[in-house]
Amino acid sequence: MYAVTNVLRLDGVDRSFGDRQVLRNVSFDVVAGRMTGFVGGNGAGKTTTMRIILGVLAADAGQVSWQGEPLSRDVRRRFGYMPEERGLYPKMSVREQVTYLGQLHGLTADAARRATDGLLERVGLAERGNDLLDTLSLGNQQRAQIAAALVHDPEVLVLDEPFSGLDPLAVDTVVGVLRERAAAGAPVLFSSHQLDVVERLCDDLVIIADGSIRAAGSREQLRSAYTTPRYELVVETDAGWLRDHPGVSLVDLDGARAVFDLAAGADDQPVLRAALERGPVRAFRPVTPTLAEIFREVAK
Amino acid sequence: MNVMQATRLVAAREIRVKLRDRTFLISTVVFLLIAAAATILPPMLSGGPSTVAVTEAAAGPLRAAGLEVLAVPDDAAAEQAVRDGDADAAVVAGPAVLAMDDAPGDVVSALSTEPPVRLLNPDAVDPVVAFLVPFAFAFIFFLTSQTFGVQIAQSIIEEKQTRIVEILVAAVPVRALLAGKMLAGTILALGQIALVAVVAVAGMAFGDNGTLLSLLGPAIGWFVPFFLLGFVLIASMWAAAGALVNRLEDIGGVSMPVQLAVMLPFFAVIFLNDNVTAMRVLSYLPFSSPTAMPLRLFNGDAAGWELVVSLALLLITAVGFLLAGARVYEGSLLRTNGRTSIRTAWRERETLG
Repeated sequence: MYAVTNVLRLDGVDRSFGDRQVLRNVSFDVVAGRMTGFVGGNGAGKTTTMRIILGVLAADAGQVSWQGEPLSRDVRRRFGYMPEERGLYPKMSVREQVTYLGQLHGLTADAARRATDGLLERVGLAERGNDLLDTLSLGNQQRAQIAAALVHDPEVLVLDEPFSGLDPLAVDTVVGVLRERAAAGAPVLFSSHQLDVVERLCDDLVIIADGSIRAAGSREQLRSAYTTPRYELVVETDAGWLRDHPGVSLVDLDGARAVFDLAAGADDQPVLRAALERGPVRAFRPVTPTLAEIFREVAK
Repeated sequence: MNVMQATRLVAAREIRVKLRDRTFLISTVVFLLIAAAATILPPMLSGGPSTVAVTEAAAGPLRAAGLEVLAVPDDAAAEQAVRDGDADAAVVAGPAVLAMDDAPGDVVSALSTEPPVRLLNPDAVDPVVAFLVPFAFAFIFFLTSQTFGVQIAQSIIEEKQTRIVEILVAAVPVRALLAGKMLAGTILALGQIALVAVVAVAGMAFGDNGTLLSLLGPAIGWFVPFFLLGFVLIASMWAAAGALVNRLEDIGGVSMPVQLAVMLPFFAVIFLNDNVTAMRVLSYLPFSSPTAMPLRLFNGDAAGWELVVSLALLLITAVGFLLAGARVYEGSLLRTNGRTSIRTAWRERETLG
């Protein structure tokens, strides 16, 4: 457990829409200074969870706390939020609306203006700041959206699908900015259905399916927890003999290449020796599961 | 930051955006031109005193009455001056008054001794003015509540349609969002009317219509609180209507009841303004009282207590509609899929407030 002082904690959150329960006893931590990926299929409850964190929706039961204090509107105002469905005022200039959002989050007019100028510089929009939003390209509108979420230098970041629909350059900008925030000590929670992106970015992982949390922890913890004793073997000729080797169950066989699981407690070295007796071995290594595989396993 | 501060920020943005909107600026200028034209032009067109062609010998009493005298050598020349359009009328031997097609009242009265007149209803209003004033009041309320009500609805829909509403709701209370929009709409509406009123009063003073001004004074004074509450009433309905849909194109479907609530009282006041019983009823009904009651006051038909009672009724109704509108707004603000029914919006209290 981490010190409660720098943790965004969800504790036993339930939520129903009518008769349909969409969140069941959802509990997990988002730790300061770490990027936490939040993954789950469509309709698993990611957006509802994030809306509850931001107070856009009310929880039926359970609570959300930051630094040990239950969330109030004043605390949430210091959060940064990028909703899944995005948008800004089309007929307002970028600079003006980002400043406005800064003020709504409690900055003085002066502070909001300064923060806006800095951020627009950071996301590469300084030159377009005075243009109306709807005259910008889609990519630049997305940059404006990032600036809008960060203008008040939030203590906690919650981003719903921050990478969906971004062009590659914008993805790099967002990743850069989020890493900066995490390095500066903010907990960063982001959801995504692009598991490869999450795998690349996250320190911690929360997997939700059907409204309940199926797994949560650091990426390494989850990897080792869900690693089956699986190996890949590449030899010169045919690896079909593995089929009859004691303790081995073949997962995949493609001529000279085989992927197999070992029975619990079985040693991998005798398999390697047996292979060497038959000829040259080109590769022999344990296979760690990808996030996608863990996810499939957990969300079943 | 509390609800008040958030409300102020929201209202300030709404006003800033509106003041840059070309349609709004043009419509304001057009209103001002109409107000100026309506007050300055009629006295100018009715022309100053009549010009009378008359021989120098008979000119005395006419000059004394303030008429413009065109001295002519004889009666034939006087008649010719009228025929040529050099004079509006002529006074010839008899004495007789000549004019082309309209008996010149001011010339006749300058030559006659009028019996003393005692007016039994000295406040009674010129019939033309009596027709124009109710029309102006009803029209101002109709147009303003319509224009600014629609703008509140549009601004709500814009935030839903662009999805920025979710960021806003995460930062400030839903009530502050609605209050800010209502406040901005009210300030803009009142500001526009005040400008029109200033121009109209200046026009009346310029066109030397001081009597009308003194008659209109109290009616305008009472029109302000009635207008304010009436506007809140209508704007609450527009806010609820706007919150129920997600696209500007869909506003037509939900706004019908609101349009009717504005239009029916408007026509009722216009067409029934000389029916005393109907006007008494209309002056108590919250939707028509903002125009009907100041009118009865203007016509000298309303007692002081009636104004207070009607205003109280309007206040209660407006507050009720404001609360109901706020509830529908809160219940449908985050439903960004398709149209929300009033019933669903009423039951749903999604946000933490």
